Amino acid sequence: MNIINIEHIAKVYQVGSEEVFALRDVSLRIDKNEYVAIMGPSGSGKSTLMNILGCLDTPTSGKYEFNNVSVSDMNDNQLAAIRNKEIGFVFQTFNLLARSNALHNVELPLIYAGIQHADRKERAEQALIDVGLKDRMHHKPNELSGGQRQRVAVARALVTRPSIILADEPTGNLDSKTGEEIMGLLTEIHDKGNTIILVTHEEYIAEHAARIIRLRDGLIETDEKVLNRKFPKVKAAGV
Amino acid sequence: MRTLLFEIKESMLIALRSIRTNKVRSALTMLGIIIGITAVVVMSTAIKGINNSFQNGISALGTDVLYIDRWAWFTNEDWWKLRARPNITMQDYEKFKELAKLPSAVAPVISSRQTVKYEDRRVESTVVNGSTADYVKTTNFTFSMGRFYTDIESKSSRYVVVIGSEIAKNLFPLGDALDKTIKIGGVNFQVVGVLAEQGSFILGSWNPDNLVYVPIGTVFKNFLDRSRNSITINVRAQSPALVEETKIEAEGAMRKARGLTINDENDFSINQQEALMDNYNSVVGVIQIAGLFITGLSLFVGAIGIMNIMFVSVKERTKEIGIRKAIGAKRRTILGQFLLESSSICLMGGLIGLLLAVIASMIINQFIPTSVQYSAVIIAILVSLITGVVAGLAPAYTAAKMDPVDALRYE
Repeated sequence: MNIINIEHIAKVYQVGSEEVFALRDVSLRIDKNEYVAIMGPSGSGKSTLMNILGCLDTPTSGKYEFNNVSVSDMNDNQLAAIRNKEIGFVFQTFNLLARSNALHNVELPLIYAGIQHADRKERAEQALIDVGLKDRMHHKPNELSGGQRQRVAVARALVTRPSIILADEPTGNLDSKTGEEIMGLLTEIHDKGNTIILVTHEEYIAEHAARIIRLRDGLIETDEKVLNRKFPKVKAAGV
Repeated sequence: MRTLLFEIKESMLIALRSIRTNKVRSALTMLGIIIGITAVVVMSTAIKGINNSFQNGISALGTDVLYIDRWAWFTNEDWWKLRARPNITMQDYEKFKELAKLPSAVAPVISSRQTVKYEDRRVESTVVNGSTADYVKTTNFTFSMGRFYTDIESKSSRYVVVIGSEIAKNLFPLGDALDKTIKIGGVNFQVVGVLAEQGSFILGSWNPDNLVYVPIGTVFKNFLDRSRNSITINVRAQSPALVEETKIEAEGAMRKARGLTINDENDFSINQQEALMDNYNSVVGVIQIAGLFITGLSLFVGAIGIMNIMFVSVKERTKEIGIRKAIGAKRRTILGQFLLESSSICLMGGLIGLLLAVIASMIINQFIPTSVQYSAVIIAILVSLITGVVAGLAPAYTAAKMDPVDALRYE
């Protein structure tokens, strides 16, 4: 079953009097429980594609269906609701609220989803336990290591039980060992039946996925299965 | 409805959390509102106190009393013309008293400033009020001790005196004034009565509490020349409703007493407290409005401070707004968060300001009897809330309409 179905989308930015095509003509289908990596050099349009896939932005033209619902012409509030319920973001720079502790950071999407306090707290705690941060719940981001911060971000992405996890260079700010741990965590999450879209420019990170889509100049260059898929050496949770 | 309440509650918690995590900044922002609200409330309380004092002071003198005088209290007429008017004499008073039928009491009044002494205690430049026994009927005086001087005492110009409460306090701190002999301008007078506190600081040395009252004859004998000084005739109407009629009759009676013909202009003026009140309102009213305006300005400056801080806060938290939007915060959620933040800051500032104002009012109360008005409390709370919403609106709107992609990219 398709979770994501985009057809001929383009994104044009107006820079002065010039039109700049970030995406020219991209069509793509992603099924449930896929593990897809989107690759490409900078300027290839992968960030734009990720923003559109993550409903942070809308395409200039083309069609985007998410779970068979057209999102290409939704308004701000409808997009916010989709992001809240259907998409879990994991960013390169973690993007945690600096002044809130891990628990509150994970609770935040549940607040916006309108879930009552007791239920919310329980779910957030469980999500943090799932990523191996049982003892770090009441720490603020600056009291956590890079890897731990990214785990909090993963817990925040998972806590609403979204349809897809969208990870944008999730290891970009981490050393290779910690990066490997996070990749292990993502593989584990994928194994539990989640759909993951990974945006990266590093080959060895992309090879954790089962399918790699390569972009160049706003177009899809290749879209192929990974033959010798890489599995993380380290078991993720509880490390 | 339930989701709306939920959103308000959660936004409130987020706003409070944000205020808590930025304690110093929130406190400094609040300061503007605290000062503004304190200033406005204290100002309005002080104004109320001053007005009350003035009104009490005036009504102690009796609102239904007319004062027939050579001078008009407030006039645009040429001073030289008024100066040419003949003095009002005791003969005028006698004739007037014969002719006027409506008044409940008529009393001649002359004043002189003298030093009042008892043993080694003295009060300089005290207003000595000389009149007849009827004078007390033109006032609403009450006594803490003794009585007013009698008709016989006044007619025979006995050296008896009734003293105001402040004078009594100064000369007789132990409160044993009655039957003591005091010196007024070097002349001995026996104290026959002490007034209870009547009035009002606002009338200054004319406050009934600061006066001494003696039979008019003793003033003429010792302090003032009868032929050179004009007296005032105090005329009390039988009721406030009869003031106008009494005034019309008084004018006729006075013209007759002064021997004026039909073509002559009045060579006297009939004054009323109303004129005093009008004059007070026109002068003090303007000062009060200016005072409220200036203190209101400080509140306004406080509001601008809040708007400024909120703008900075929105800018500084662009990334945070981006994160919140990315994980599903709607426009109105962000709007609500910042609006609630600024209005909570203002409301807290307003409440603290109010508390300070109450304390300040208690201190003021030592000098002017007053208290914070309930209306001022409600208005202060409303004003600080509205200030918060208004000051927060533009910054909150800026935050709400941010593009999540741009906001997330912001460093």
